[in-house]
Amino acid sequence: MPLYHTEDQAMLADTVTGFMADEGAIKQQLRHFRDMNCQDGFGHALWKQFAEMGLTGMLAAEADGGLAMGHVEAGIVLREIGRNLTPSPFLTTSVMGVTALGGASDDLRGRWLPGVLAGDSVLAMAIDEGPKHRPERIACKAEKAGNGFRLQGRKAFVVQGASADAIIVAARTSGSDSDVDGITLFAVPKDAAGVSHENLRLVDSAMASNVTFDNVELDGDCVIGEVDGGRALLNKVINAGRIGAAAELTGVGQGAFDITTAYLKTRKQFGQLIGEFQALQHRAAHLYSELEIAEAAVIKAQQLLDGGSERADLMVSVAKAKAAKACNLSVREGVQMHGGVGMTDEFDIGLYMKRDRSLAEFMGDQYYHAERVAQLSGY
Amino acid sequence: MSDLDAFRAEIRAWLEENCPAEMREPVSDDGDICWGGRNFQFKNEAQKTWMDRCAAKGYTVPDWPKPYGGAGMSPAEAKIWREECGRINARLPLSSFGIWMLGPALLKFGTEEQKVHYLNQIARGEIRWCQGYSEPGSGSDLVSLQTFGEDKGDHWVVNGQKIWTSYADKADWIFCLVRTDKTNKYQGISFLLFDMMTPGVTTKPIKLISGNSPFCETFFDNVVVPKTQIVGELNRGWDVAKYLLGHEREMISGAGGGDRLNAIGAVVARNGLEDPILRAELAQFDVDALAYACMGEKFLDEAKVGRGHPAQPNMIKYVGTELNKRRHELLMAAGGATALEWDSERTNGGSPSRSWLRTKANSIEGGTSEVMLNVVAKRILELPGA
Ligand SMILES: Cc1cc2nc3c(=O)[nH]c(=O)nc-3n(C[C@H](O)[C@H](O)[C@H](O)COP(=O)(O)OP(=O)(O)OC[C@H]3O[C@@H](n4cnc5c(N)ncnc54)[C@H](O)[C@@H]3O)c2cc1C
Ligand SMILES: Cc1cc2nc3c(=O)[nH]c(=O)nc-3n(C[C@H](O)[C@H](O)[C@H](O)COP(=O)(O)OP(=O)(O)OC[C@H]3O[C@@H](n4cnc5c(N)ncnc54)[C@H](O)[C@@H]3O)c2cc1C
Repeated sequence: MPLYHTEDQAMLADTVTGFMADEGAIKQQLRHFRDMNCQDGFGHALWKQFAEMGLTGMLAAEADGGLAMGHVEAGIVLREIGRNLTPSPFLTTSVMGVTALGGASDDLRGRWLPGVLAGDSVLAMAIDEGPKHRPERIACKAEKAGNGFRLQGRKAFVVQGASADAIIVAARTSGSDSDVDGITLFAVPKDAAGVSHENLRLVDSAMASNVTFDNVELDGDCVIGEVDGGRALLNKVINAGRIGAAAELTGVGQGAFDITTAYLKTRKQFGQLIGEFQALQHRAAHLYSELEIAEAAVIKAQQLLDGGSERADLMVSVAKAKAAKACNLSVREGVQMHGGVGMTDEFDIGLYMKRDRSLAEFMGDQYYHAERVAQLSGY
Repeated sequence: MSDLDAFRAEIRAWLEENCPAEMREPVSDDGDICWGGRNFQFKNEAQKTWMDRCAAKGYTVPDWPKPYGGAGMSPAEAKIWREECGRINARLPLSSFGIWMLGPALLKFGTEEQKVHYLNQIARGEIRWCQGYSEPGSGSDLVSLQTFGEDKGDHWVVNGQKIWTSYADKADWIFCLVRTDKTNKYQGISFLLFDMMTPGVTTKPIKLISGNSPFCETFFDNVVVPKTQIVGELNRGWDVAKYLLGHEREMISGAGGGDRLNAIGAVVARNGLEDPILRAELAQFDVDALAYACMGEKFLDEAKVGRGHPAQPNMIKYVGTELNKRRHELLMAAGGATALEWDSERTNGGSPSRSWLRTKANSIEGGTSEVMLNVVAKRILELPGA
């Protein structure tokens, strides 16, 4: 398969790019909801529009009313979300959440998917338990109790956790913290007794929650997939999150790059455009190269994931690490090349820097993924 | 089964039957590369067999049209060919400046007669070409070149000097940039082809820091070149030269495939990897190398269907060569004192250190990294004044 978009994908990209430039722009979305101190951290009206375009159910099966598309298509949307810094539940709900529900019973899908597809509800993912991404270690426990389970523990960095209609929780149902097996996924409803949130605003204005589950009673039919056998599905969900975050990072990097090169063509010092200085030209050209490479790695990993390739795990980590490196370079160079105005809240470049930092952390930073590349390569 | 699946099966079966076992071993030094040409010494029988079998099917230049010695493969078929060769680690049956550089330029700018004549010779490995671009005073600023061809009716008489001419002492013919109009800088250069045995052509090898002498100073003293041996129009050789440079840069970038796209951590770790900081650097390198391999694949996919920015080879060349230098720095570090051995048998005559030194030329030959960045800034980013 060639490493560029098919005609259908290119058409989707056209539509989404135009739509997001109009409706998802920084002023309408990010700044608007930040400045009103919105506790959801995103706009419900735009989420509804996503649903009308079919985007919320892109990855859901046709039988469930979805579009049965893949990670390449989801990545097209995420890139534009990144480019416009649009606060959106798309990654956690429509990419990770829908992937998780793909492994759920008909009943459970029937309970949660229609709301997602209609743009009425959002899902959150509760996987990590500390400040760093360490899905290998899961201590949050779910013990058998009657016909169901009792959930006990904490989850950290649950993006939009306090606004979600259901939280998908990876919990331990047997074994010890670092065991591969013994993991079960649950769909925990918002109003379950014993769920409490420490709802926090992050550096990029997104909302994330540290969630405590205090003896939360769950029916057996909250279980997604198999009891104790949830690791494979969890890995699928995590991979979807990683490649999604990587795609979004390429959009953030590109957005920062575009406004920076535009600035180089307008700002004058020493009687000339600063874009004429070779010191800046070379750095801009280098940055361009890194962004192009990251984009290539991302589309490759998307295709491998969609094709079910055994190289997908490795390439997803390559893509996440590379996208993080390139995007980080883009926002750092962006602020620097803007000079003093780059430090102001009025200019957008600083917003890109904040978003990059958050996305870099989400589902594993570049160090985590470089380590994983080493391990998967056998060293 | 789709047509492409059937094609893949056919290629796989053909390779299984025709690629000799020796030609599936990794290339360990320049002697393992088959350059072809009038005076080429094949390292062994297998090398010649492999080249001849491929040439007979057009596989030395799979995507060139059949009348010119190729196999006429579509982009998708050529990709399958590369993938299937990669699968069994088949060596390239034939490598040459003719295939990488002159061929694409002739396909675009040559007359029908030139194409039939020269391209078939290249495809069969009969004629080995060298590149006469650089001069002592004209490196990055190539367009300032001075070698002059005086118009003598049905031929030119060429005088001047070239430098850094790779394999000039081994090549049969040269493609050469010659000034044919001193009053016009860009539109005063012609792209000429001539035999290195023509009276008046002499070469003098230059020794590199690697200890090898793969390139030469090349002198032209009243060299007669018939007017039929020009590619493109008179005084419009710069267009041909630039087009060819795009292909040269693509080739030097390593994006087309082979060892340069591989990760190295696992290979290094086979001999033990005790230093955690080196391991971390290898992991970071592998991330970059594996991502770059995707870029190479994407670049080729796009180029074959005419997508992608025309100046993209400059970017690819910059990244690929800088990465290759980093690769060899890491290999030297991992090799420790053993990698320092200059002529021992166990290092195959100092292969690690000589290769390491050779890679330093990657970001100079075919246009330096700084020049690549200039071109990207100007043509792709459209920055002012670049
Ligand atoms: C937090 C903060 C506090 C400050 N406090 C004060 C203060 O108290 N008093 C005061 O007077 N000023 C203050 N400044 C201003 C500061 O000195 C300027 O921001 C600085 O000199 C850069 O100028 P500029 O912002 O106009 O950027 P520009 O000069 O427009 O630079 C933009 C970009 O172009 C690059 N560039 C410019 N010229 C060249 C060149 N010739 N070659 C290569 N690259 C070039 C720059 O390096 C930069 O990356 C402050 C700035 C900040 C951010
Ligand atoms: C191994 C090898 C094989 C070669 N094979 C061939 C061959 O077969 N045929 C052939 O014709 N040539 C060949 N060359 C020559 C090669 O193309 C030149 O070396 C190259 O173009 C650079 O020219 P130069 O060596 O004169 O360096 P210079 O142009 O003098 O450059 C010196 C330094 O200045 C920098 N520089 C120059 N201009 C600028 C600028 N505008 N902005 C910023 N920095 C700049 C360069 O990047 C470099 O770092 C080969 C070179 C090598 C090393």
